Amino acid sequence: MAIFKLKVNRKEYQVDVDPSTPMLWVLRDHLNLVGTKFGCGMAQCGACTIHLDGIAVRSCITFVDSVGDKEITTIEGLSENGDHPLQQAWIEHDVPQCGYCQSGQIMNAAALLKANPHPTDEEIESAMNGNICRCGTYTRIKAAIKTAANS
Amino acid sequence: MTIVKTELNRRSFIKSSLLTGGGLLIGFNWLAAACSTSASKGQSIPDEWFEINGYLKIGENGVVTIMSPNPEIGQNVKTSMPMIVAEELDVDWKNVLVEQAPLNTAIFNRQLAGGSDSIKQSWPGLRMAGASARKMLMDAAAKKWNVPVEEITTELGILYHKNSGKKAGYGEVASAAAQLPVPKEVELKDLKDFKIIGTSKKNVDGHKIVTGQPLFGLDYKKEGMLIAMIVHPPAFGMKLKSFDATDVKTKPGIKDVFQIKIFNDDYKPQWCDTTSFTELVAIVGNSTWEVMSAKAYLKVEWEPFADYKIAMAGWGGDQLVNVPAGLESTAEHNAKMTAASAKPGKIERRDGNPEEAFKEAAKVIERTYTAPFLAHTPMEPMNFFADVTADNAVLIGPIQSPEYMEKTLAARLGLPLEKIDIQMTRMGGGFGRRLYGHFMVEAALISQKVKAPVKLIYTREDEITFGIYRPAYHALYRAALDDKNNLIAFHVKMGGVPENALHANRFPAGAVDNYLAESWAIESNISVGAMRAPGSNFNAVAEQSFLDEVAEAMGKDPIQFRLDLLKRAKENPVGEKNDYDAARYAGVIELVRDKSGWEKDSAGKNRGVAAYFCHSSYVANVVDLTGDKDNPVIQKVYAAIDCGIVVNPDAAINMTEGAIVDGIGQSMYGQLTFSKGQPDQDNFDSYRLIRHTEAPKEIEVHFVQNEIHPTGLGEPPYPPVMGALANALYKATGDRYRHQPFIKNSFES
Repeated sequence: MAIFKLKVNRKEYQVDVDPSTPMLWVLRDHLNLVGTKFGCGMAQCGACTIHLDGIAVRSCITFVDSVGDKEITTIEGLSENGDHPLQQAWIEHDVPQCGYCQSGQIMNAAALLKANPHPTDEEIESAMNGNICRCGTYTRIKAAIKTAANS
Repeated sequence: MTIVKTELNRRSFIKSSLLTGGGLLIGFNWLAAACSTSASKGQSIPDEWFEINGYLKIGENGVVTIMSPNPEIGQNVKTSMPMIVAEELDVDWKNVLVEQAPLNTAIFNRQLAGGSDSIKQSWPGLRMAGASARKMLMDAAAKKWNVPVEEITTELGILYHKNSGKKAGYGEVASAAAQLPVPKEVELKDLKDFKIIGTSKKNVDGHKIVTGQPLFGLDYKKEGMLIAMIVHPPAFGMKLKSFDATDVKTKPGIKDVFQIKIFNDDYKPQWCDTTSFTELVAIVGNSTWEVMSAKAYLKVEWEPFADYKIAMAGWGGDQLVNVPAGLESTAEHNAKMTAASAKPGKIERRDGNPEEAFKEAAKVIERTYTAPFLAHTPMEPMNFFADVTADNAVLIGPIQSPEYMEKTLAARLGLPLEKIDIQMTRMGGGFGRRLYGHFMVEAALISQKVKAPVKLIYTREDEITFGIYRPAYHALYRAALDDKNNLIAFHVKMGGVPENALHANRFPAGAVDNYLAESWAIESNISVGAMRAPGSNFNAVAEQSFLDEVAEAMGKDPIQFRLDLLKRAKENPVGEKNDYDAARYAGVIELVRDKSGWEKDSAGKNRGVAAYFCHSSYVANVVDLTGDKDNPVIQKVYAAIDCGIVVNPDAAINMTEGAIVDGIGQSMYGQLTFSKGQPDQDNFDSYRLIRHTEAPKEIEVHFVQNEIHPTGLGEPPYPPVMGALANALYKATGDRYRHQPFIKNSFES
């Protein structure tokens, strides 16, 4: 066990965990931020996507001792009032079915739009290809990303 | 308007507080936060609620809370079921809050997510719940104003008495209405007067989903809760011999390691108790990562089991199921299926004289179709919270079959039914996997042993290798043509491991004079169960691909060929047990023909068509694709659907789009194979699911407009697209795709 100081969603936290603990479980078990989801544990599905200094990473393989002083953003901190253009577009297009993968989809899309504010359809598909939606909401996700990009 | 008697659902309209036990309170605050939802933002929460019946309560300010009775699995019933109540209550949807109901069989009927039946079966009850509450509010207003109730009208949550000019919001009379007796009969609205049903309403959990608030079983927490995981046999055909937990117990955060036994020896399992692994090792600790890491240090010895029989209490009565010993492989399954298909099967339906017709035929077309085992892979792995004490058990989490699992839990824990409290969280998918709730029993036994609240979590590997899979299927189709290319006989012989997909009385039964349907099955120890549109999810692919080949051999357009058969089935059906409505079937084919411009715009396109009937609804698809064998690009999918009245159109379109993507993904890539009893795939690096780049570029959905009561939508849009895809792939590549997965398959490689 070791003490780690973390900056999550603009707040400072301190946790006492094993250094090999993935951020996914630090967030979910220790910081009570459960919006980041467990899907595969091996960076294959994208449900656990968070931002490290604005870059989308898979928190299931991002170990707590590798974070250092980088700023962590989770779905809970993507916007102050849940009104990020992507969150609004997700509601407008009524994207979710079961909803479980959607926080990961939104976090991945937010990093995409930050790097490429007006992606083409192909760029969206390819950037989002690591995020699985088992319910099959892909066409709506793409439409919502385009709506957010145009807002 | 329709007048209906309320007897049918009378128990539902009695106040729920009289019926629910105090045991529901544990964990209730978390659920109140996670499971109640604003239909839209900005309602003010009332100071006081008045319960009108088990389905709804009204606040003094007119805000209404409607309970959504059925488990929410992504099919959006948490929005659409309350919409139906709100419609008959005649209230403004903006003033509706929705809460997930707990399991309460005293109030609610059929709290099950399965069979595409939530809306279909609850339609009358939900309407009566709203209508009877409206009548009680009208009775209360009539009493207050001292006027005949017949003169009271309602609109958007306001009661009016036109002659006197009096009006009152529902909230103003809710207190009085709550004291009145339940009416003996109520008026239901005419369909033409619907204001909510048939309009698109946003998912009531949408805001919570996109902001990452706790909603799912995996998100549930309780003070003092421990985390548990299970270790199960690595292969089907194996059982636990012994284990050594010495190392595991030394790992940080680990509290206990022990064996659990899912059933008592004399227990007769129900259909929802399907499981291959009844003896497991449980590891319990403080946090998820500690338990997950410690799992690797468990030393376990497994051993093969001998043949055994299990008495299952099924829907069709008790049956003795033989579970053979052995470590099975896909190669062995395929060889056995090929051999079985060459022998006569069990005759399930025979019309005319098919044997003679095949003998006389000028041409016989014979094709074989196969599909592999599939794992359900819902995005949220199996999990459940349990808090079991000597005289009470609370279970909270994602389950499709709570009212059945309640019985299993009561039997295993030795508690009366009323001491089992089950609360349903939103489910991160299920697709049938969460009908089989052995994980609830596991969680309960672990909690009972450690005497603490416990959340059981499966890893993805547990989820895929401890499956209740879609069976492996095999089908032989034959068609006989006379010398003028008329279809004179049709023969289907279906089999599978360990069950087949035959629906003997479905189309084209009823449309061909000489018809033979046979079945066979090969025993297996691999556990199988329902996956989205069971049976149909193979039938539609095989049958609709075969019909495409038959139409081609006859020199007919594939749509006209199907319509000609359906015309025959409608006007002069063969046999009496045909389970489909030929006119509705033809209706969706005509609709997809027109919407896709099949007759005018097909030139130069690689198009395939298919249509299927299952779970009481009818769906037809046209698929357009470009590219080649190695890189097909699905440009557009058209869907035409007859599922009766559509409650929430945009949500229905969403579910259809999802079913189409799911169908394309499973038929193109889905495959679970076995070597020595062990699944060869165990996570998303080896078990392939469809991804963004592989989804259709465009999906266009059309519904037949009619006044038929809703007939279900969760499953029907899933099967036919796979057939349409196979037929479009043929157009693009010149090859027939008869074996799934289409891009790679164990059968032919």
